[in-house]
Amino acid sequence: MVIVEIPIGPQHPALHEPIMLKVRTEGEEVVEVSVNTGYNHRGIEKLLEKNSWVRGMYISGRVCGICNAVHMQTYVQGVEKLMGVEPPPRANYIRTLVMELERIHSHMLVAAVMAEIIGFDTLFMLLMRDRERVMYLKELVTGNRVHADIHMLGGVKRDLDEVRRDRILSELKIVEERIKYYMKVFEEDYTIMKRLSEVGVIRKSEALRLSIVGPTLRASGIKSDVRSDDPYAAYSEIPFNVVSRDEGDSWARMMVRFGEALESVSIARYTVEKLPQGPAIPKTIPRATKPGEVISRVEAPRGELLYHIVSVGGANPYRVKIRTPSFLNILNTEKVYIGHRLADVPVIFASYDPCISCTERVMVIDEKSGKKTYVSMRDLARVRVG
Amino acid sequence: MKAIRYSPWVMHFNAGACNGCDIEVLAALTPFFDPERLGVKLAPNPRHADIIIVTGALNKKAAERLRRLYDQTPSPKFVIACGACAISGGVFSGSYPLFSRADSVVPVDVYVPGCPPRPEAVIYGIKKLLDRVGEHGGD
Ligand code: SF4
Repeated sequence: MVIVEIPIGPQHPALHEPIMLKVRTEGEEVVEVSVNTGYNHRGIEKLLEKNSWVRGMYISGRVCGICNAVHMQTYVQGVEKLMGVEPPPRANYIRTLVMELERIHSHMLVAAVMAEIIGFDTLFMLLMRDRERVMYLKELVTGNRVHADIHMLGGVKRDLDEVRRDRILSELKIVEERIKYYMKVFEEDYTIMKRLSEVGVIRKSEALRLSIVGPTLRASGIKSDVRSDDPYAAYSEIPFNVVSRDEGDSWARMMVRFGEALESVSIARYTVEKLPQGPAIPKTIPRATKPGEVISRVEAPRGELLYHIVSVGGANPYRVKIRTPSFLNILNTEKVYIGHRLADVPVIFASYDPCISCTERVMVIDEKSGKKTYVSMRDLARVRVG
Repeated sequence: MKAIRYSPWVMHFNAGACNGCDIEVLAALTPFFDPERLGVKLAPNPRHADIIIVTGALNKKAAERLRRLYDQTPSPKFVIACGACAISGGVFSGSYPLFSRADSVVPVDVYVPGCPPRPEAVIYGIKKLLDRVGEHGGD
């Protein structure tokens, strides 16, 4: 049978971000998928080198609009270590609260996108409606809906008062109920089960070999979470469970996310109830660091996020290397699509919760005689695994 | 020309945004803000679209693609540049891969500032555009 090549994206109704999957099919069956990126490259690592430590905070937040607070946390906690500054406990709790709100809305967003892809538009609309509650909460805490920008070197920018604390608690209760309801829908709906279960299975050994991270890894039965393995912010003081499942398919990934969202609600509630007293906003902002380097990692909604910051002293970073979870999850899993039907490709792709904005800093275009080769990107991914 | 006033279909084009603007545009098109009362609907395809919402800082690869999508959209067509990045490059201005601003690639009708603009602002931008189309017949 002839092999047909079908491009999915970069502008595609099912994918809201610019990436291109080149799918080769034989009849309905997928025989090869290659990922083509570079539509979203913004040169952030270079920009970070050119700007001061404080400005870098805002640039790092703008790597990704969905997980901006975790990007800021990773950058800020690394720089704080270099500067020898310790944030007060109250600031740590507020940071944790913002990051957990972000995780809830991120997980609801991917559930909504998944619902849309499998053609369940009503569920998409409902999930988006209830996600607005979380956005409202985020605005209540930080003053911004999307870019939280709450971190500051040595603390946070905004404190939390009693009135807003009560509002958050009552709103969290509604959010929790809604998430439980959607979890039940995903568990029991016949169509959703048909479309998601046994689709895009990643076995435990495979997941380890491919360096998958985050909920995608935990859905393959491996309990690994930076929040409990290497606690940062206030996580060492907060009790929570690491959710995992053994199935390893697209459905398990969605269920892990719902489980995590529920955990996040209880973490958020804990931070608000047990908020320590004391100052949260720093009086002075440090401007320069000592020479040195630091690796800082954080559990983003999509998995482990890692910053490597090098300083030679002075007002700017010497080098900031960012490794995002989607980078590993998207590029290392090209083989998983093989053998599935064409209609399953967007489902599997969405089940990784891909974040293209994160992935796109590391694009290497080899322009030999005007020809662009994209191989280098995948090679890069392989080098990284080793 | 006036026909699109009653039900403009919007296509969202991500030209290298940080996702912040994209989720806000997406949020603006969902029931909480309910743009369908203005007849606004998300178009899946440039050939169905009347309005293109551009978000994000254009890099070289995306600029080419924006031009191509713009050419594929049937006239009359309008462009809304959404967010600081699409208007001027935002925090990314001066970065090496950036091609330029959205309005140097395609003609832009409405600018919606913000990083990211709130969904209300996006809808307000669309409304502004529709009013103008109503007044001048889009000329
Ligand atoms: S304007 Fe702000 S939110 Fe929008 S894409 Fe640019 S950095 Fe992101």
